[in-house]
Amino acid sequence: MDTLLEILSELRPDVDFAAEDRLVERGLLGSFDVVMLVTRIEEEFDVVIPARLITPETFRSAEALYSVIQTLSEED
Amino acid sequence: MLFTSWGFALLIAVLIPLYYAVPQKCKTAVLLLANLVFYAFAGVFALLLLLGTAASVYCFARWIGWLWTQQKDSLAAHREDWDKAQKKSFRERMEKKRRLALALCLVLHFGILFGMKYGAGIVGLANGLFGTTWDGTKIVLFMGCSFYTFSAMGYVIDVQRGKYPAERNPFRVLLFTSFFPILVQGPISRFDRLGETLFAPHRFSRENLEAGLLRVLWGYWKKLIVADRLLVAVKQLIRYPETYNGAFVFLGMLLYAATLYADFTGGIDITIGIGRMLGIRIDENFIRPYFSKSIGEYWRRWHITLGAWFKEYLYYPISVSKPLRRLTKAARKLGDGFARRLPVYIATFAVWAVTGMWHGNSWNFLVWGLSNGVILLASEELSPLYARFHGRFRGWKDAWAYRAFTVIRTVLLLSCLRMFDCYATVPETLRAFGSMFTVWNLPMLWNGGIASLGLSFGDWIAAGVGVVLMFAVSLQQRPALLTPRFLQKPLAVRLAVYGTLLITILVLGYYGFGFDAGQFIYNRF
Repeated sequence: MDTLLEILSELRPDVDFAAEDRLVERGLLGSFDVVMLVTRIEEEFDVVIPARLITPETFRSAEALYSVIQTLSEED
Repeated sequence: MLFTSWGFALLIAVLIPLYYAVPQKCKTAVLLLANLVFYAFAGVFALLLLLGTAASVYCFARWIGWLWTQQKDSLAAHREDWDKAQKKSFRERMEKKRRLALALCLVLHFGILFGMKYGAGIVGLANGLFGTTWDGTKIVLFMGCSFYTFSAMGYVIDVQRGKYPAERNPFRVLLFTSFFPILVQGPISRFDRLGETLFAPHRFSRENLEAGLLRVLWGYWKKLIVADRLLVAVKQLIRYPETYNGAFVFLGMLLYAATLYADFTGGIDITIGIGRMLGIRIDENFIRPYFSKSIGEYWRRWHITLGAWFKEYLYYPISVSKPLRRLTKAARKLGDGFARRLPVYIATFAVWAVTGMWHGNSWNFLVWGLSNGVILLASEELSPLYARFHGRFRGWKDAWAYRAFTVIRTVLLLSCLRMFDCYATVPETLRAFGSMFTVWNLPMLWNGGIASLGLSFGDWIAAGVGVVLMFAVSLQQRPALLTPRFLQKPLAVRLAVYGTLLITILVLGYYGFGFDAGQFIYNRF
């Protein structure tokens, strides 16, 4: 989770990702950020988030995103 | 059938009482009948294509749904005797089969759409290359085909992704694909969201009827009093670009912004209003777009359903596709920053090229789409600079004057881009744009220039009042606040408003010479 928080902070230093749970709804993560994030996650976690999982629910909070990464890692 | 025809008014007048009079189990049949009557006016071939699309979409979705069931059943049956690798391999095989079914469906339906949009051009090209004399002008795009194809393909993609199961009832799929209020200009709808309300039981509600009626009347008001009137002046300005240059181009840009807004949002108001009268909730397609502070925000507030469709079904799939991931990995040699930006840039340009092609079949639209992509990417790249600026000048961001500046800047920028939508060719558009800075003819506007644009003094007053009223309503209309407040007014006040709207539409609606009484701009897409 710490690695993910680091990646998120690199992307948007102005957002408190540990506390925020409406990232997409509040416009804190746009579609550009999401794609950059997916690329970074693949680099760090060796996990590919498929298009069907790129939804506002997945990216609503760091916790939700981490849970998806864990599920995908287990499937692999 | 056009929204602005008397036949359409008659259809609604018959449908609403009939819809609420019949038992719940017959409501789908009544709506299906209304859809058929509405679209039969587009011609036999158009109707057959619509019915064929619904049938094909139903079959493809059921096929994909069957593959999902096979996968779940087999995995359940072999839960104990298959190891993790076997299960993964089986899932991947089934995924390949589902993707193949989806690919066939997409190629078939987008192929038909592409053929209709670009058929004439392709035939022209073939005639030039092979010396043939085929008549490409007979290939036309059936009204609404773009919109219902996109909605229907979204449904099949969702089933392939396992978002929800395939619908078993073919009449529901037909109703979704052919639902007449959304058929000719959207919004591009999602099966789960629209289906939830489309197939739900509906009882008569005075509130729904009145709220829907108000929205429908407001939509016609915008369309017939503002859009169709201003369109006459816009067409005149575009028809003679050599005469109407300089200040006239700037005037045309603003007039077209008002025209397009009144036309498209007016049409969507009618669509959503009719849905509301039937108790069916249709997604909003606009959230006060001209109050956006950047082009990115504008595209999240204008034609929302098209943007969302492209983002979900094209932008994200392209950006995480295998070839692009491989390219990103290879590009790391050139630097991490470059590699991470690569999928964003490629997916953005691909989506905006397709968005441009969706809007029209000339180079203008491709340039328009790609220009939007360039501005969006530049805006993203410059965001650290903006952050530094706002860090230096704290408080500016929330100041009224600065917000007004960003709103006006956005409207001017998008109006400049829209010039590609107006003029015939890219060079002509660039010439007209350049003349704004090189030809100083501002006094000509009031020395007979405005009077030569085909509208009388009274027309300009009516359109001007309309634009001011649209602006005032937009200022008040913080999502869906205005209608509930209005519905609480006394009956006499409400009737007076409905009556005033109706009478002004009938008296002031623009039905001038040569006017195409009913074609909405977005019908042609």
